Amino acid sequence: MADNTPTLWHEFQKGLWQDIPPFRLVLGTCPTLAVTNSVINGVAMGLATLFVLLCSNLIVSALRKYVAPQVRIALYVVIIALFVTLADMFLAAMFPPISKALGPYVPLIVVNCIILGRAEGFAQKNPVAPSFMDALGIGIGFTLSLAVMGAIREILGFGSIVNIKLLGDWFEPWIVMILPAGAFLVFGGLVALVNYISHRKTAAGTNP
Amino acid sequence: MTDKTADQTETKAAPLAPPAQPAGPSPDKLIVSSSPHFLNTESVPKIMHTVVMALFPAVAASVYFFGFRALLLVLVCVGSCMLSEYWMQKIRKKPVTVHDGSAIITGMLLALTLPPSFPIFGAFLGSFFAIVVGKQLFGGLGFNIFNPALLGRAFMQATYPVLITTWTTPRTIAEAVDAVSAATPLALMKFEGKTTPIMDLFVGNVAGSMGETSVIAILIGGLYLRYKGYINWKLPLGYLGAIAVVGGVFWLVNPAKYPSPLFHLFAGGAMLGAWFMVTDMVTSPVTPLGQWIFAICGGVMAVVIRLLGGLPEGVMYSILFMNAFVPLLNKHTRPKVFGEIKAEQS
Repeated sequence: MADNTPTLWHEFQKGLWQDIPPFRLVLGTCPTLAVTNSVINGVAMGLATLFVLLCSNLIVSALRKYVAPQVRIALYVVIIALFVTLADMFLAAMFPPISKALGPYVPLIVVNCIILGRAEGFAQKNPVAPSFMDALGIGIGFTLSLAVMGAIREILGFGSIVNIKLLGDWFEPWIVMILPAGAFLVFGGLVALVNYISHRKTAAGTNP
Repeated sequence: MTDKTADQTETKAAPLAPPAQPAGPSPDKLIVSSSPHFLNTESVPKIMHTVVMALFPAVAASVYFFGFRALLLVLVCVGSCMLSEYWMQKIRKKPVTVHDGSAIITGMLLALTLPPSFPIFGAFLGSFFAIVVGKQLFGGLGFNIFNPALLGRAFMQATYPVLITTWTTPRTIAEAVDAVSAATPLALMKFEGKTTPIMDLFVGNVAGSMGETSVIAILIGGLYLRYKGYINWKLPLGYLGAIAVVGGVFWLVNPAKYPSPLFHLFAGGAMLGAWFMVTDMVTSPVTPLGQWIFAICGGVMAVVIRLLGGLPEGVMYSILFMNAFVPLLNKHTRPKVFGEIKAEQS
């Protein structure tokens, strides 16, 4: 058990930087671009995805020895759809405004490539505990990414953060940032920044 | 001043000009080298400084019609373009080429497409975007796909959609008080069905973007560039010709609803776009057929956006749109090599 913890930690932390979904894996870009016009929307989307990812990874990992390989993708989709429906109904019941703002993107988590990717690429080959940590790390990394995207776009596009006015009246909001074009600009900039930092990290690691 | 810089650049470019030649052979020996044998003494700084000269009439007209705020905007745009270029080339650890003047042109062109009352910070932001995203991220001068000045302007259009369509009347109009908002001739035509006298458009005595209003000032600069041979005549001719023809067809069909072709040519950014942006050496095709297609499609699109689209002015988007096709045009309109036989033609 003692030697198991570092690997669990490894599975967790890789989702935070090394495999951070939208910026390094470039997976799940559809919600990343579509719903990040404010921090709250981004975080809500990230948490919904985190919930679905955790549950589906757990079930897929637990069932991995009992599923015929030919039908596994169909089974994943059914499992994921179950939890997406739960998340969608929960949001609609408890937070109607957020559910309205996210629109079709919560049901669309069913076809989110991060979740299918983790089920196919990790959970079906690994025991329950690492799968859980993997889902937790990737899900938190995804939520953080959406929060950062949402924060940048909300500050520049509305002059506020989490609906609190941050910049004074002198600030003329950049309308482009709350439009789809702004999402692409911010996303491209962040991908470039993350790549730049990790290149520098690897360069520093190889020749100290 | 310009002569001096031109001389300097010529001497700088001179060692590059002749093809690699060992220092040994005496002049009366036969020199064998590969073509081309006539080498141009032009260089990027020389061309760019001539274009800056050609833009001066338009800048002067904008200062005359809109006061010193216009000059301030031009200076801010030029300064921030040069700063952004310097900063970006330092970051990319590339040789700093601010002195070649291409950033000055981007700044001037961007400033000339802005309304005179545009905020200073917005002008800075647009210049920064034009150079950093429009030019340096693509790899610098010669590698950019889109015209940087127009890209900066498009970014401003999306960022400050209200400010960039807040126009002021020129101070030369008698009843005008400072900062009276007004509509451009194109907007008047589109939304209120009013036309503006052609003479006012020709001189530039109308509301609009700083450097776009005065047709005569732009024509002086454009014809000067044509005289110096830096403009390919196909591009402005094709662009303006297509605008006139398509605008004319609409006008003939319904003269009550659509304005005359002359109005299309003189109003808005058609002249500035045709002479200084369509003809951008980097973002226009190199083959003759490609240049015709590029210019004519751009002109058609400008009129279509003006008359049928949601915006009153279509020059900016028409040129940016056609910029995207330049690599394709270059690839598929390559002239036949002399002696080459195409299989389909036999």
